[in-house]
Amino acid sequence: MMRLTPRPYVSPHQLLLVPVLSVLLSIILGGLIFAALGYNALDALYQFFVAPLSRPDQIGNLFVKACPLIIIGTGLVFCYRANIWNIGAEGQLIFGALGAGWVALYLPESWHFMMLPLMILGGMIAGASLAAVPAFLKTRFQTNEILVSLMLTYVAGLVIDWLVRGPWRDPMSFGFPLTPYYPDAALIGKLSLPVVGKLGQLHWGILIALCVSGLGWFILSRTLAGFKVRVAGDAPRAARFAGFSPNIVTFSVLLVSGALAGLAGMVEVSANMGQLQPQISFGYGFTAIIVAFLARLNPAAVILAALIVALSELGGDSAQIAMGIPKVVTGVFKGILLFMLLAGETITRYELSFDLRMTGGKMSRGDADV
Amino acid sequence: MSPDREIPLLTGRHISKRFGTFTANDDINFDIHAGEIHALLGENGAGKSTFVKLVYGLLSPDEGQFLWHGAPVEIRSPQAARDMGIGMVFQHFSLFDVLSVAENIQLALPAGISLSEVKERVITVSAEYGMTLSPDARVGDLSVGEQQRVEILRCLLQNPSLLILDEPTSVLTPQEADQLFAVLRRLRDDGCAILFISHKLDEIKALTSKATILRAGKKVTTCDSASTSAKELAELMVGAALDNSMRTPPVLHKGADSLFCVAQVSRPAATAFATALQDISLSVMSGEILGIAGIAGNGQTELMEVLSGEAIGDVTAGKIELDGVSVAGLGPDMRRQKGMRCVPEERNGHGAIINMSLSENALLTASHEPDNVSASGLVSWVKCHALSRKIIGSYDVRTPHHDPLAGSLSGGNLQKFMIGREMMSRPRLLIVAQPTWGVDIGAAQAIRAAMRRLLEDGTAIIIISQDLEELLVMSHRICVLNQGQLSEPLPAQDVTAESIGLMMGGITNSVSERAV
Amino acid sequence: MYDELLLTVLLTSVPLILAATGELVVERSGVLNLGVEGMMLMGAVAGFGVTSLSGSPYIGMLGGATAGALTAALFGFFVLGLATNQVATGLALTIFGTGLSGLIGAPLVGQAIDGLPVFIVPLLSDIPVLGVLFRLDLLAYLSIGLVAGTSFVLFRTRAGLVIRAVGDNATSAHALGYSVLKVRFYTVMFGGMMAGLSGAYLPLVLTPHWAEGMTAGRGWIALALVVFASWQPWRVVGGAVLFGGVTIMQLAGQARGWSVSPQFLSMLPYLATIIVLVAMSRGGRAERGAPAQLGRIFLPPR
Repeated sequence: MMRLTPRPYVSPHQLLLVPVLSVLLSIILGGLIFAALGYNALDALYQFFVAPLSRPDQIGNLFVKACPLIIIGTGLVFCYRANIWNIGAEGQLIFGALGAGWVALYLPESWHFMMLPLMILGGMIAGASLAAVPAFLKTRFQTNEILVSLMLTYVAGLVIDWLVRGPWRDPMSFGFPLTPYYPDAALIGKLSLPVVGKLGQLHWGILIALCVSGLGWFILSRTLAGFKVRVAGDAPRAARFAGFSPNIVTFSVLLVSGALAGLAGMVEVSANMGQLQPQISFGYGFTAIIVAFLARLNPAAVILAALIVALSELGGDSAQIAMGIPKVVTGVFKGILLFMLLAGETITRYELSFDLRMTGGKMSRGDADV
Repeated sequence: MSPDREIPLLTGRHISKRFGTFTANDDINFDIHAGEIHALLGENGAGKSTFVKLVYGLLSPDEGQFLWHGAPVEIRSPQAARDMGIGMVFQHFSLFDVLSVAENIQLALPAGISLSEVKERVITVSAEYGMTLSPDARVGDLSVGEQQRVEILRCLLQNPSLLILDEPTSVLTPQEADQLFAVLRRLRDDGCAILFISHKLDEIKALTSKATILRAGKKVTTCDSASTSAKELAELMVGAALDNSMRTPPVLHKGADSLFCVAQVSRPAATAFATALQDISLSVMSGEILGIAGIAGNGQTELMEVLSGEAIGDVTAGKIELDGVSVAGLGPDMRRQKGMRCVPEERNGHGAIINMSLSENALLTASHEPDNVSASGLVSWVKCHALSRKIIGSYDVRTPHHDPLAGSLSGGNLQKFMIGREMMSRPRLLIVAQPTWGVDIGAAQAIRAAMRRLLEDGTAIIIISQDLEELLVMSHRICVLNQGQLSEPLPAQDVTAESIGLMMGGITNSVSERAV
Repeated sequence: MYDELLLTVLLTSVPLILAATGELVVERSGVLNLGVEGMMLMGAVAGFGVTSLSGSPYIGMLGGATAGALTAALFGFFVLGLATNQVATGLALTIFGTGLSGLIGAPLVGQAIDGLPVFIVPLLSDIPVLGVLFRLDLLAYLSIGLVAGTSFVLFRTRAGLVIRAVGDNATSAHALGYSVLKVRFYTVMFGGMMAGLSGAYLPLVLTPHWAEGMTAGRGWIALALVVFASWQPWRVVGGAVLFGGVTIMQLAGQARGWSVSPQFLSMLPYLATIIVLVAMSRGGRAERGAPAQLGRIFLPPR
């Protein structure tokens, strides 16, 4: 029998060790899967985790991939810290892209000097408005936010599909489902760094992402609002005792995470595509869930976590090109990583012991809320 | 059945049980005979629950021996106890709400007995003992009294020779209690021994033939409950009278109007095990300590939530005023800003967050102070840390390092921190539940001394506690919370341990007439 | 025309019935497995792959069920053995299952298989319109049988009684000597098997191809269906047929030349799910019939 005994106290070192060990274990398990599929495991792991870092432009692309993950992941950290399970960031990202796209496509030319700020605003409002639906239903009717936010992701995907095939389609697109190109004012330019210059596709959006992560860390750890979020998630009864309203916290974290997902959508399209198309995200909204967990729900650590997860995405590309390994293997790796993180959480919180005897005796309860 | 009256059914010899340094049962000798209803009497914490858990195999004794029909036995598990013929009805039932009566009982019986057989037996046995129960009723729809019958029936179908009931009447209406007593007498007449845990003296007098009284883990005596008066029983349960020199000095601000006043407040019960509050009225003046006594589960938690403002939505009637201004519509944070401070009984996750640092815990009830949080919502952790250091220094909180997690403190130190946190703000009114529960003697004395110092500044204090001795020493006036109703307060010097024990046991009712 | 529509409704509802019935049993025992989508995808790819290898859609069906159960065992190990958070573990299972099914299925893309043949019940199938009820494949008939079986086991047998007891009050069930974790592991495996069958239905009946992520959210809708059915097996059937009806409104719309964009019609099942969830979430958890222990971690007392 395997037994779990709650630990009275967990040292900070153990908490740091969990993500590190989880990543290492996931890499080992990933290697085993490659071997099982008949590839040379070491070659595959090299292609996956080393090759993408071997050229400077690739490092730039790593940050490009990490950019939306950082922005969305920071928002999700707020939700999960408050014990609110928003898993519809993908849809909120799409809505954000639409809100920003609407500004980009229809803002009068005389207003173009305000283009990017207005697009950011449009994207954040649109993303937040989609997240407001589960927020309202959760606070008003106690409707499960997991399923509602997820269902809205499918709806959002259909809305963008309809817009780019219908009302917003470029008449000059030869029937392709694409909107017109954004005006120059609506594009986020490539970032030119001192000394090294341009790095692959690296764009200004990464600065937005870094700011978001920093600001998220500041709010969560340095403001009363952030404190309320943490208390509401950790000890709801203590939150009521302190006089913090659980409904306000629920609403706020969903709006914040929706707005940030919307911001990520705006940045993705303006920096990488320049026009709307049916597919604008590649599961960033879902991948960001893993980023948030890998960061142990710390907004500052989201940057590093996003880079690690982005590396596995790029590695998927590189392994596909070099060895013909299907790119979906990235998904397997992400799934394993999340499993490992959860197991690590258990091992820090409980002492694991194996005993073969049946022990009789004391009664104690181990119920815990989700 | 013709039980041998000479050999007791169950004997406990020199039973001791320790939890760490705390001795819950100390050298207890105990006999119960077949066909006898035997009361186990004592205050909260006297060791009653520990003792029956030993009998039922939920715990094992550190020292001593049980004899069953005169032969030594070791009761290793509840299953073993059931196999021997010991049944137990817990205070909080272990029933399945969504299942029917028959299904609940079927689960406790060996496999192979069909549901229709179970239904038949439910009907026969419940009729035999005059407990009307429909086997198809959903347990969640039954009244608490009916649910208890299901529990008893579940025991009876296993033909026990000893039935243990842990405070069975605490959840019952008087009528339901009478019905229960009828059932228990039937069982006794059939030769079953019944061990009946209670603190209600009238019940013990009415139902039992013998009573074993425990105090502070030790057996005081076993007496004939019929020939011992309720007064004597109360005295045996609570102990000797107090030394007056230990009492809190009289109120300094005599003649002042009441600072805080609650009138006719009612709150319905939220769940089956919660207690409804009915017509609660109390008042306390500046510099005064009001003690609220009562056995746990009589509405203490519910009352605390009403006073702190956590339950503002649930209060259906009445007024709550501070300085003659209503605070009934204010939440906990607003009440706190008006100088009302509370320390709830539960430390873990209610009054404190064990996964957060003491600085963060200090902020929990100080977030309206401009020192700690600026107008723009920025937290000054430096100030919060300073506040927490100040609490630690002023109230002698022992910490492993400068800003540890609340969970790494011992219970007593965390309690000192929580009470100190609220006292630090020089509150006008302090409401404390169980101020010294689970706290060592030194810490308890420090907490009591700190509360008395607060009185000098004119703070009013309400203490909700099960610890009678503490209330007698600390309070100026004492009232009793019993079944969600609060008695008229009595001046503490007029109150003896014995009279308050009688009130808690529901004998002398200034508590209000019990509905009949 | 009408029988064609009815047939489509029925075929759309079968995978929902299978997956939701499985999840219903899991939730009845107090476990919330949000990984239905991942288990379905594993079932789908295994169903397709095994059929393609063996040439028999029936063996493929078994393959799907096995794959679903194995995926569920992984969930069971984490949630029951390691007491991990059920919501996060369910998400991990979906992400993992989506990836692994894509990986396994990569060489299968573009292939086609012969799916499950249709069984025609003589005479009954000639009834106008309703005759389509008797022109279905084996798994469709089986799905109704499985609902009936589930309902019987849950409410008429001791095993079902224990499952319901564990989902209502794990502590009491443990005190009575039942192994809560063992019971839950079995239900989780059953749920996985049903999700696997459900996933296999897609390539074996609906579209004879494998495509990455071909479940398109059906696993999540099945989760909502359990809520809609208030944890009663037969209501799952009604709910699934209703959802099937909503889903094919787009086909009907196109056929009748409605001017509504197809995307809006495609949204209907998702929006309907939300509406159903709101409608069902009024009142307390217990009033809705939700098992009291749903989503709670149980650690056996030492």
